[in-house]
Amino acid sequence: MAGRIKIRAQKKGVVTEVKALMRHPMETGMRKDQAGEPIPAHFITQVSVLHGEQPVMQGHWGAAVSANPFLGVRFAGGEPGDTVRVVWTDNQGGTGEGETTIR
Amino acid sequence: MTTIHAKGISRRGWLRWAAILAAAAGLPGRVWAAMARPEAAFGATALDEAMAALGDTPQVHEGIQFTTPDIAENGAVVPVRVEVDSEALPNVSKVSVLVEMNPNPLAASFDIPPGTEVFIETRVKVAQTCTLYAVAEADGQLYMQSRETKVTLGGCGG
Repeated sequence: MAGRIKIRAQKKGVVTEVKALMRHPMETGMRKDQAGEPIPAHFITQVSVLHGEQPVMQGHWGAAVSANPFLGVRFAGGEPGDTVRVVWTDNQGGTGEGETTIR
Repeated sequence: MTTIHAKGISRRGWLRWAAILAAAAGLPGRVWAAMARPEAAFGATALDEAMAALGDTPQVHEGIQFTTPDIAENGAVVPVRVEVDSEALPNVSKVSVLVEMNPNPLAASFDIPPGTEVFIETRVKVAQTCTLYAVAEADGQLYMQSRETKVTLGGCGG
């Protein structure tokens, strides 16, 4: 399952602000469906923000991050037109990726 | 003759599979090579256990600005922001967010390379009214800031 990411990167003074919205159920594994069967855990475990090929932030997530997670980070440098990517991996081996250019 | 032929195919097939697997494993590996997931801290089921897994008991530090809502109407989506004043607390390499009463208190942990502002915004689930902690690691020392958030609707509903 490859998930799309809504991503925006904007230069604000000396820093670049990145905002990303991922689509993901972020199931904790503790809920049950209507039939009483446990819903298996399904959540993003790793998320990374890259400026070009340079990681500017690498995150480890647990199931306690909200569904359809939002992530905002700021990093120094970055020029309008540079590529910013957000990449995630979940506990079931799924991945997602989003790319944008800095405005 | 036929056996040799069959053997050749199977070996070629195996090599192709190996190449595909190596490519699949190598792609995220390149990005994630530098980081190790704090498994013990994520697996902890009590706050002090999670804190202990992260390192020493953190000291309260005013350089950490931790923003959470006073009252969250929906515990499933609680916006949190961690900002560290780099002059008051330099060399922060890691920021973690913990929710005291969650089944696993550690919600998220971020590795921050030099050059990145210590500024993290995300949304977490908060099972019930409790204290949220932002823990920052700088030069091997742990510092924290805490905030209480009242939850009027449970976060376990996802």
